[in-house]
Amino acid sequence: MITVAFFKAAIIAGIPLLFATLGEIITEKSGHLNLGVEGMMLMGAVIGFQVGYTTNSPLLALLFAAIAGALGALIYAFLTVSLRANQVVSGLALTIFGTGFAGFVGKSLMGMKMTDQFNYFFRDLKIPGLGDIPYLGEIFFNHDIFVYLGYVTAIVLGLYLYNTGKGLNLRAIGENPAAADAASIPITKYKYLHILLGGALCGLGGAYLSLVYVPVWQENITAGRGWIAVALVIFSGWNPYKAIAGAFLFGGLDIIGFRLQGTAIAISQYIFDMAPYVATIVILVLVSLRKSKKNAPPKALSEPYFREER
Amino acid sequence: MADRSIYVEMKDITKRFGSVIATDHMNFEVAKGEIHALLGENGAGKSTLMNMLSGIYIPDSGHIFIDGKEVRITSPRDALKAGVGMIHQHFKLVDVLTTLENILLGYKTGLFVRKKEQKIKLQQLMEKFQLDVDLDKYVYEMSVGEKQTLEILKTIYRGARILILDEPTAVLTPQETNKLFKIMRRMKEQSCSVIFISHKMNEVMEIADRITVLRKGKTIATLEKESTNPQELTELMVGRPVDLSIKRIPALSDNIVFQVRNLSAVNEEKVEVLKNISFDMYEGEILGVAGIAGSGQKELCEALAGLYPIKQGEIIFKGENLAGKSPKEFITRGISMSFIPEDRLGMGLVANMDIVDNILLKQYHHSKGIMVQRKPAAAKAKEIVKKLEIQTPGIKEPIKNLSGGNIQKVLLGRELDSHPELLITAYPVRGLDINTCLKIYDILNEEKKRGVAILYIAEDLDSLMGLCDRIMVISNGEITGIVDARKATKEQLGLMMLGNKEVHHAV
Repeated sequence: MITVAFFKAAIIAGIPLLFATLGEIITEKSGHLNLGVEGMMLMGAVIGFQVGYTTNSPLLALLFAAIAGALGALIYAFLTVSLRANQVVSGLALTIFGTGFAGFVGKSLMGMKMTDQFNYFFRDLKIPGLGDIPYLGEIFFNHDIFVYLGYVTAIVLGLYLYNTGKGLNLRAIGENPAAADAASIPITKYKYLHILLGGALCGLGGAYLSLVYVPVWQENITAGRGWIAVALVIFSGWNPYKAIAGAFLFGGLDIIGFRLQGTAIAISQYIFDMAPYVATIVILVLVSLRKSKKNAPPKALSEPYFREER
Repeated sequence: MADRSIYVEMKDITKRFGSVIATDHMNFEVAKGEIHALLGENGAGKSTLMNMLSGIYIPDSGHIFIDGKEVRITSPRDALKAGVGMIHQHFKLVDVLTTLENILLGYKTGLFVRKKEQKIKLQQLMEKFQLDVDLDKYVYEMSVGEKQTLEILKTIYRGARILILDEPTAVLTPQETNKLFKIMRRMKEQSCSVIFISHKMNEVMEIADRITVLRKGKTIATLEKESTNPQELTELMVGRPVDLSIKRIPALSDNIVFQVRNLSAVNEEKVEVLKNISFDMYEGEILGVAGIAGSGQKELCEALAGLYPIKQGEIIFKGENLAGKSPKEFITRGISMSFIPEDRLGMGLVANMDIVDNILLKQYHHSKGIMVQRKPAAAKAKEIVKKLEIQTPGIKEPIKNLSGGNIQKVLLGRELDSHPELLITAYPVRGLDINTCLKIYDILNEEKKRGVAILYIAEDLDSLMGLCDRIMVISNGEITGIVDARKATKEQLGLMMLGNKEVHHAV
């Protein structure tokens, strides 16, 4: 049913999507289309789980999840920035690699659970003041620490992109690398850093699934969320602030079927399972119809840059 | 010009692209506080040489000295550190950013951009150099002239004392050009040096202090402006005597072959781009079209070739209304359109393919069977290369390795090859040097003699007034007048280009 509990759950379901979407936004702003989101999420999920399970330290788990995602992105960055390989193919390869990697590492983790002590770290924390607002407080400000990290990341990225000099440089690289180059911006360095950062965020998105959302290890834990994130980037018009709304909308679609179970509405579970994916297609069609200079993709997206190319 | 100390010196600079030698042991020097013109035909190596000074290309061998010290410039950053800034032919601006944001790109600011502070600084600079741009305007809303001013401001702001302008006037109206020259003189007064790449002789003679002539990758001579003349410069540039005058042959007949009546069209944003256009064209006539860039020339071209959807109006070719017919039907009736866009490669050619394959693109449907026949196309390619004197290592060279002007000759050669009855040609000499321009004019006159009606869209008023029989001026999608090319003056045309309809009545 559509209740406060539903909206609250939608936020939680949206958090992995939010991290992955932010990661892909920052990657695409550098002019690189990384379709390895799913792979990087899985790498983050499995490494986060493995480290958490072994050390019982949530912070180490998060750290290594981010590192795992970034390492996946490093492969991609080397291929597409340094070797100027085709970005689509490289990204797909990364997804296949990440899936295999997670399956391999996760074999011994199947069905494992975290300790209660570990899970306590991710308990709901009510934010004083904000959390007391009727309805909204419960929906937005009574969550685990990971959710707040998601809010903060989105806002920080938004500020970074639109209010700092470095963010300006990054946007210029994605739009017109030749112009950025002529403005003496170190393009390769920017590209590497932001692709790695994007990978780390995707890794965290995956870790949220394995550490908090499920939180048991299971095969293919991401279930296509990486692909939804790629579409959400377009939906949000490459804008981190709008990504928050997009991620939570899709979080809601993700759980709606589950929530309607046992109610009077008798629609097959599978129809609802399709919802996020159908919505993805619908939104892509709608967004493609809307033409606006400011919501357009970075102009140099997926074009390798070579200074002396004519 | 008391101060004649050498500011920049380039020695023995060599650079190759594949098997093409772009600059062959070139030497070049610029003094402090001078405007130095770099003159040469297409492919002479002007842009390449300057790209090496500004860090876009790295020379294969040679030395660069600035202020007497040897410098190694391997990136635009190095170049700016040494005080060199270049304004490229294709502006290096980010469309979706504002003036201010474009200027601050790559500039060291603190963590957050303090826009107010930077604005004050910029305002002072704009006053000093008498530049005029709106700091909050988005680049995609700007005219070419505004973009250029922005580029200059940006470069000066970053500390450039040596400004390189790569064919800056190619896309400007006469009024905008005058404004640019004012800025250049102002820079000179501030003891900056300006390197002005051009092949427009009248402009070089107007603005430059000294002129260095390049030919086929070699430095030919450096001359004082006072002691030379256009004739001498052209001969140095081309390497042999040339006749500079544009020939105009009288129009053949008064048979109307082409009539356009009340043509209107709207673009995707529902803005009216062509407003009530009506004109006639006679057999064997060259009708020029003048206008500021983006006044509807492209839409007009495409509409007359059946490529652009029209809202209303008639396009009557030899008594038949073609409005609403497919482009293919326009072509089969003998209407040919060639449009040279600003980036030259944008329309009509494939950069990675060689000359033969690019010719095949328009020819293959004439050949029999399912396989393409390369031999006739190869023969045609050789013919075009020879006829237009295209500089290429061979017809199998990917055309992206040719210089801009040579690429364009390939396109033109191919279009003129189809022997149309109505030829619509937009900017056929854009970016070409004098010698090649004259060759193109000859070819157009040749077509005219055959009775072809030619719609000639151009930016350069000199060529319009020299070549055409009549000139039609459009402004903002509207015809502001059709004048006799023999009687027109530049001032009159310039004013009409700005939308002033009264002028031609007064003259």
